[in-house]
Formats: sequence, structure tokens, C-alpha cells
Amino acid sequence: MTTRIVELRQGILKKNDELARALRERYTAAAVLVLNLVSSPGTGKTAFLEQTLRELRKSGARVAALVGDLETDNDARRLAASGAPVRQINTHGICHLEAEMVSKHLDGWQLSELDYLFIENVGNLVCPSSYDLGEKIRVALLSVTEGEDKPLKYPTLFNSADAAIITKIDLAEPCGFDRETALRNIHEIRPGIKIFEVSAKTGAGMAQWLQYLREQRPIAKP
Amino acid sequence: MHELSIVSSVVDQVIETLNAYPGARVKEVRLRLGALSAVIEDSLQFCYGIATQNTPLAGSVLVVKVLPIVMRCDSCNADVELPGVQSFRCPRCEAPVSDLRQGRELEIESIEIENEEVTVKS
Repeated sequence: MTTRIVELRQGILKKNDELARALRERYTAAAVLVLNLVSSPGTGKTAFLEQTLRELRKSGARVAALVGDLETDNDARRLAASGAPVRQINTHGICHLEAEMVSKHLDGWQLSELDYLFIENVGNLVCPSSYDLGEKIRVALLSVTEGEDKPLKYPTLFNSADAAIITKIDLAEPCGFDRETALRNIHEIRPGIKIFEVSAKTGAGMAQWLQYLREQRPIAKP
Repeated sequence: MHELSIVSSVVDQVIETLNAYPGARVKEVRLRLGALSAVIEDSLQFCYGIATQNTPLAGSVLVVKVLPIVMRCDSCNADVELPGVQSFRCPRCEAPVSDLRQGRELEIESIEIENEEVTVKS
């Protein structure tokens, strides 16, 4: 009987990471800006994305979206009303999107004909943080109805985000939302992060967000 | 929770590794998880028992080592270990820190295997 130790030193999510790397190379080659939107269920990702798609299209940008949910294509239908090409990813019980699902649902789309691709993740503040989808910008969203300590409760996600969005700011006052505390908590977990305070309903704050998107776009298409 | 997906990936990768060690039985699987990896060890252990059934990993022990968060502090010009996940400030000088050096690992470090005889194919 012999016992031995075999060193592996390999990433558990190696397969996802490799696929995500390949996706990132495709996005870069196609000069499309890809964003991964993550939040709890009910934060308002879809309403926010609807507005974003509409506004970007109005300004002549070419946009598309993938939207993840366990079941139903309700969100895809809502987003498609903006006129943008949209595909629903149903995960059937899986609590996050994986690079493979994204890759499969991009089939047939010419990425080089897009300026922006939005990926709306499954509503969940924990699991999506481990799965790279090849995005350039990870966006963490929280609404004024959720409590200012959300970033402290879910540090993994907020710490891995490149931008944070506070949604439903039109409801801030009736909800007794403590803006200063929320901003402080986000910065405590992710120092220096860009924060946008928006209302998809009234359009407040959307101009700054759209300006940020334009600034993040890769320079000129080949 | 995504612990079952994580454990399934571990099982797949260990089985793949075993191809080079015919007849080997797995005694132990050692993981390295960063404190920011959002994986709960209890759930992992629970899923591990289920996911390893009827595989060469059945009956093996899962050992999890948690790695603390290490950030680069420019003011101190040093890598500093954070005491927790609630504040991304340098514990020495209080400056906000955003350059993560360790803490998101999700890694299989090694496996311990047992063979009847030495039959290593490399």
C-alpha cells in the first residue's frame, strides 16, 4: 500500500475561467463593451436595463442584451420592447449565469455589429460573483428599498464590482433611505468605485450613467 | 447556493487527475478558498458527501483551508492582511485599499491517494 500526495494547484472553476477568457478575447476583438448586471431579485435590474437600452438606441448606439432567470421569458419580452435584440437564458434552477451559457446564447449574433452587450444575471447577490462571464464591467445594483447595509452583507459581490448603481431613488424619501450611509458602505467595501444614483421611472441620474457607458466604450471600430 | 456546482467541478477534476494513477483510491482532497470566495464550508461538506457517491472519491475527506484577504497598501508600500470582510482599509494606516492580492481563490491544492502497488503512469 503506497500513499502519495498529488499537487494540483488548479482553479476549481477552471473550465468557466477558460471560457470566460475566450469570451473576453472575442468581445475585445469585436470592440463591444460588455457589462454584467448583478443584484438581488427585485432591485429593478430589468427596468433599469430597459431604460438604458432605450436611451442608447435613441442616441444611435447598437445594443443587445442577454437576460438570465431560472424560468420564464418575461424579462426578455420586456427588454425586447426597447427594439434591441434580446435573448433569454433559462437556467432551470441554477442560481447564476456561467460563461458556457453566455457563449451558447451568443450563437448567430455578430458581435462586431454591436457597441454594447448587457448581460442581466440571475437575481442573486452571492453566486454570480464567482463566475466570470468575460465582461469588462461588473455592475452591482441595490435599491433604496433594500437597506443601506447590503454592501456589508454581500462584500464578495460588491468588492468585485466595477460600478455600483442605487436604483429607485424616486422612492428614497418615503423609504427613509439614508443616502450617506449607503454611499459610505459601498466605498468601505470597494474604495474608489463609481456610483450612480438613478430612477428608471423618472429618468433621474440616467444621463450620468449613459455618459459613463460612452466613456467606457472601446475606441473606434476597426 | 452554488456549492454543489463547485463540488461537482472538484469531483470532475479529481477523476480526470486519477487517469494517470490507475487503481488509486482517494483519501483526501484539499482545497484553498479565499475569504472572499462566497463559498460556505458547511454546504461544501454536505454536497461533497452526495457528489462523491459511487465515484473513486467516495469516503474521502474534504479539507478546506481558508486564505485571508491580502490587499496592497500603497501608503505602507506593503501587502497587508485584512482582519475581516467588512472594511477594505489598511489595518495599519487606515487608508482605503482596492488592489486585491489574495482572497478570491477557489483552488484544488492537492489530493492524497492510496495505491495497492506503485503503478504510476506519467
